[in-house]
Amino acid sequence: MITFDKTTKTYEGGVTAVDGVDFTVEKGNIVVLLGPSGCGKTTLLRMVNRLETISDGKITIDGEDSMSLDQIALRRKIGYVIQSNGLFPNMTIEENVMIVPDLLGWKKKEKRERFNKLMEMIGLSGEKFGKRYPHELSGGQQQRIGVIRALAADPPVMLMDEPFGALDPIIREKIQDEFLQIQREVKKTILFVSHDIDEAIKMADKIVLLRGGEVMQYDTPSEMLVRPKNEFVREFFGKDRAIKSLSLHTINDLQEVIGLANMDETISDTITINVNHDLRNTLSMLLNQEADQVIVIDDEGNKLGAITIDIVQKYLHFEIKAKPTLVQKG
Amino acid sequence: MDKWMKFLEVNAPRILDLAIEHTILVGLAILVALIIGVPLGIYLTTNDYLAETVLQIASVMLTIPSIALFGVMIPVFSIVNQGIGFVPAFVALVLYSQLPIIRNTYTAIRNVNPEMRDAAKGLGMKTSQRLLRVEIPNAFPIIMAGIRTAVVLNIGIGVIAAYIGAGGLGVLITQGISRGDNYLIISGSIAVAILAMIADGILLFIQKRYTPKSIAN
Repeated sequence: MITFDKTTKTYEGGVTAVDGVDFTVEKGNIVVLLGPSGCGKTTLLRMVNRLETISDGKITIDGEDSMSLDQIALRRKIGYVIQSNGLFPNMTIEENVMIVPDLLGWKKKEKRERFNKLMEMIGLSGEKFGKRYPHELSGGQQQRIGVIRALAADPPVMLMDEPFGALDPIIREKIQDEFLQIQREVKKTILFVSHDIDEAIKMADKIVLLRGGEVMQYDTPSEMLVRPKNEFVREFFGKDRAIKSLSLHTINDLQEVIGLANMDETISDTITINVNHDLRNTLSMLLNQEADQVIVIDDEGNKLGAITIDIVQKYLHFEIKAKPTLVQKG
Repeated sequence: MDKWMKFLEVNAPRILDLAIEHTILVGLAILVALIIGVPLGIYLTTNDYLAETVLQIASVMLTIPSIALFGVMIPVFSIVNQGIGFVPAFVALVLYSQLPIIRNTYTAIRNVNPEMRDAAKGLGMKTSQRLLRVEIPNAFPIIMAGIRTAVVLNIGIGVIAAYIGAGGLGVLITQGISRGDNYLIISGSIAVAILAMIADGILLFIQKRYTPKSIAN
């Protein structure tokens, strides 16, 4: 758990980068710091592991004031991932990943086991990649290594500064999914900086939207999309925020609440869609009008019913707008 | 050609002795210059104001004509009865090699990718760990380039040391000049050139060998 208590950062010369920020990242949650450039999100993140000093207020980590801890010990307890992955070119992949365990004095055997386990998590062979150097890996692989390096000593808290920002969209989405998968297993308390709204909606349990160092709104993604607290939030998420909010729900959610339409056996021009698809993509597919009827199937391929634009709209209207916090990510 | 063979037959052992003397003088000077210059260069990366001053002084040092610097050493070291010979020459060479070593070390460490440095800090490395594990290994090729410059420079300037009685290959050249003996002058010059090339070759090998593969290209 990370708690910000009137946390403030003022630079010499009087520029305030972070202004009296108050919020708590619950244990096991991902909180995304979102906002335009210069809003103080990276500064705020870096204040947690004291790469930036705290001018006023405080930050507590699992109940302990971060200033009461030794700076080096504090950083070793906090996983840190940055955009350009920050891998050291003079070290092999294994050496890179095992830096913190090494600094903490783990035994060789423990390190080897941990390394192989972490590599398994991201679907790479420890045997094959361990002795290679960072430049011999693709950008996506390097970023994955950056993530498991932060996880190496199993820190309870992780800081991620636009970790997937430098990747191309397809790889980025894949790594986001993979990371959410890992997170379900490891349940870290994560503070995550992003400037990408879609990424924030996808990754976050809660979003902190910042402007000029101040918190504009701290809420779940769906609440923020459906009930923006002020004009800035409304504008930031854009006119398509209703559509964006659909990405938080799947056809399955819709089916449980309002049910699907009946299939019309007389229509032969049909395509199928998996029930776990999110509604935003589903809507895009419906708008493409590739077929006269879209049939929803489950993982086994059983036909569950048909889906139409009307149903999605109805769901949006009655469920999302009326009960914004109904669907929680888990 | 016959004359050359004859000359070498008589003088080869002496040339070799002088070359060894030269190597020892330059080698020791570089060793001490490294012990001073590398840590100083690293320290300067943490102190911008001092960095400017020190680099200026080192630059000025390099603009002093070598013969003048050797000359200045004589009265200074006469105080401790070491006015001529090894000590003043050694000190002058240490001073000459400071600039390339300090400047390259300073620049190399400063130019280490700031994100890499940030990651090292964020992972909880102490300053010393960061220097030894990340910054110096990644700065190594540029630091080595500075050392190579200093070595080649010193082998050349070491010739002048003969004038203040420090020996070395300069002896052949100074004797050759005063006696009007071209054989001495040419053999001395060629020996100095060969020595410089060998030293640079060895250092280049070390540089290549210990540069992390991934930053070499």
